[in-house]
Amino acid sequence: MERLYKIKKGLDFKLEGEALFSLHKVSPSHEYAIAPTDFHGVVPRLVVKEGDHVLAGSPLFVDKATEKIHFVSPVSGKVKSIERGERRKLLRIRIEADKVQEAKDFGPCDLNKYSGEKMKRLLLESGLFAFFRQRPYDITAEAEGEPKAIFISAFSKMPLAASFSFVAQDQEEDFKTGVKALAKMAKVYIGISPEQINSQLLPIPEAEISVFSGPNPSGNVGVHINHVSPVNKGEVVWTLSPEETIFVGRLIRTGKVDLTRRIAVAGSEVKTPVYLETKVGAPVADILKNNLKEETHHRRIIDGNPLVGRKSSMEDFLGAHTTEICVIPEGDDVHELFGWIAPRLNEFSTSRSYFSWLSGKSKEYNPDCRIKGGQRHIIMSGEYDRVFPMDIYAGYLVKAVLTGDIDRQEALGIYEVAPEDFAVAEFVDSSKLELQRIIREGLDLLRKENA
Amino acid sequence: MIKNFLDKIRPNFEEGGKLSAFRSVFEGMETFLMVPNTTSQVGVSIHDAIDSKRIMSFVVIALLPALLFGMFNIGYQNYQAAGVEAGFLTMFLYGFMVTLPKIVVSYAVGLGIEFVVAQWKHEEIQEGYLVTGLLIPMIVPVGCPLWMLAIAVAFSVIFAKEIYGGTGMNIFNPALVARAFLFFAYPGKMSGDSVWVSKESIFGLGNDLPDAFTMATPLGEAGSGAAVTSSFTDMVTGLMPGSIGETSVIAIAIGAAILLWTRIASWKTMVSTFIGGALAGFLFNVSGIDTAIAQMPWYEHLVTGGFCFGAVFMATDPVTSARTENGKYIYGFLIGALAITIRVLNPGYAEGMMLAILFMNMFAPLIDYFFVQSNINKRAKRAKLQ
Repeated sequence: MERLYKIKKGLDFKLEGEALFSLHKVSPSHEYAIAPTDFHGVVPRLVVKEGDHVLAGSPLFVDKATEKIHFVSPVSGKVKSIERGERRKLLRIRIEADKVQEAKDFGPCDLNKYSGEKMKRLLLESGLFAFFRQRPYDITAEAEGEPKAIFISAFSKMPLAASFSFVAQDQEEDFKTGVKALAKMAKVYIGISPEQINSQLLPIPEAEISVFSGPNPSGNVGVHINHVSPVNKGEVVWTLSPEETIFVGRLIRTGKVDLTRRIAVAGSEVKTPVYLETKVGAPVADILKNNLKEETHHRRIIDGNPLVGRKSSMEDFLGAHTTEICVIPEGDDVHELFGWIAPRLNEFSTSRSYFSWLSGKSKEYNPDCRIKGGQRHIIMSGEYDRVFPMDIYAGYLVKAVLTGDIDRQEALGIYEVAPEDFAVAEFVDSSKLELQRIIREGLDLLRKENA
Repeated sequence: MIKNFLDKIRPNFEEGGKLSAFRSVFEGMETFLMVPNTTSQVGVSIHDAIDSKRIMSFVVIALLPALLFGMFNIGYQNYQAAGVEAGFLTMFLYGFMVTLPKIVVSYAVGLGIEFVVAQWKHEEIQEGYLVTGLLIPMIVPVGCPLWMLAIAVAFSVIFAKEIYGGTGMNIFNPALVARAFLFFAYPGKMSGDSVWVSKESIFGLGNDLPDAFTMATPLGEAGSGAAVTSSFTDMVTGLMPGSIGETSVIAIAIGAAILLWTRIASWKTMVSTFIGGALAGFLFNVSGIDTAIAQMPWYEHLVTGGFCFGAVFMATDPVTSARTENGKYIYGFLIGALAITIRVLNPGYAEGMMLAILFMNMFAPLIDYFFVQSNINKRAKRAKLQ
């Protein structure tokens, strides 16, 4: 029987342009690109040059630290160009796709004959280990790590995020195979929402299932970890997103790496918000082709959802971990007079000094990207804790990170958190602090100090 | 149209422009008029519509009922003392004319200093003083001279706020520090019986009263052992002498409702303060101490003096109060209990709320420390058990 956790703290609200549950295929693109910056914490070492021919599943770069983790190409083709930024930092590897796709064959895989070590080696070589992340530090998992568990969250409650239940339709067997493979390496915990209890995803005997009910961020894997088996200093936990678990299942079944994803295209600026089947690294221009409304004001393309996603553009490519693309109004061309004292009847706010509390839960809002206020010192107390469902004093942790007090950060639980856990707190913050960036930089500094 | 005007004059305030020394003033005015349309570049793409300006302006709105009633009360006390009949509007206008200079001085001095400091630090001015600037005139007696008020505001803004880093960084409530400064530096003008009723006429409104005229507040009367002349109804509606904004429980209650409903003030702190005060008052009532102030019924304690005003507007100041949710209960309770205790046991001065809040401001971090530390210990124990 699954254990039920009732999450009370958090915030749910609806945005305009939620993707309808209908799947369309995108015709293959000419060009794909992988960005090493998507794999946070990894210093990449290139193993291809411009002009090399690669297969789908053959490595483009490896991690400099151990050279064990392969980061592979989603398609077969020619390496068109390698983009670098300041101080020769690797930004992007562009691949011109072949008309006829070939994939590297990793051979048939009989799970019964695989030990944990052998499974890990297969994942490292096939480029699927690259998708694993770890706590502490919320970075790409280290190859030498010995995790105490692997956590998968099978749902997300972020606004406009893709629904895994829909994405997994007809792929449930691959998901279950993927979990079976992961179970060889460490104990697997899966977090599901109450709506998924009767879905085809279950039963999965190899994993321990927990049900999490409640508002966003009840779908965050960090929240699940904190409730089921919190990370103590010195421990390591791996996390894998559910669709990436399907990648593993596909590899076991076919012997080939298939990075096809079903992403949600959503947001108020999208003509027909639907789900698209495409590959990791596909061009945003192809994903959004002919699907944007007429441009009457500036727009923001987001690689991800509006709370956690990254600012993107038409020239960009689908990120490695990205499950949705959202397009919403930018707002930098809006001039609002005396906004702070205006009724603002169409704006969403958790504060009852506005009027969104009068409308029900089903009202859909269309916010733009304006910060709507200057950055201030922290004034109100309890704002973060109200939407932070972990047994951690979020306000005190943020202050410890801001002051660089590492001992205090450790004492308050920095090893358990990831920037995405602070996304809702950043949204409601009246002081407009960039909490996710602060936590990200704090974690990076901590990792450097501990090395 | 306003945007075009702002765009046109902005270059004067940039680096090298001839008015660049007033940049902080320009930025303050600009964000006052137009919502900045900077968009987020990292982290969340969308934001809640709430911001510091909205919060502060709602606190000011919550203060308005008490302020308006206080203005009326000034007129009422003056006309009553002179024995002259007058209409509601006359009394209100008189009180308004007496209070307005104080408000203007408070904002002018306070905001002036804040703009200078913001300019010097190259930061945007923060909105904390919007509230403090209105609170300070409301907690001084009506007889307070303007020059005294100006010095107190300057002292408070510089030494109780800016040297700590500005809004959000202070330990002590700046409005109460201003009041405490006046109390200790000019005690003759801040307490006693001659300061609670306005004695001069302005522009033909109001009545001149003899300089020697005295009228004690109910708390002052109890403190000196005399019988309390205001009825309980008078205490609740606020028709009694006192500091400008603190007399009317009903007006303050309207403000409390606004603050609690919008969740800007914590109900935990507010309710605990009343409970602490009621309990202390009750214990003194049954303790057998025979002074008039000890035997003042506990419910009268809650509606006289600055207790109500302090509980609703001062104790709940988010920056200086306890910041953990459980800490707020203890913080509020101790403020209420301490305020009544100081009133009863202190022979020299009848009011205890200001001192109680300032004292607890000092101990709020200590209260929080215990709760945060217990969380830290729980985590450490969990790590050790692994």
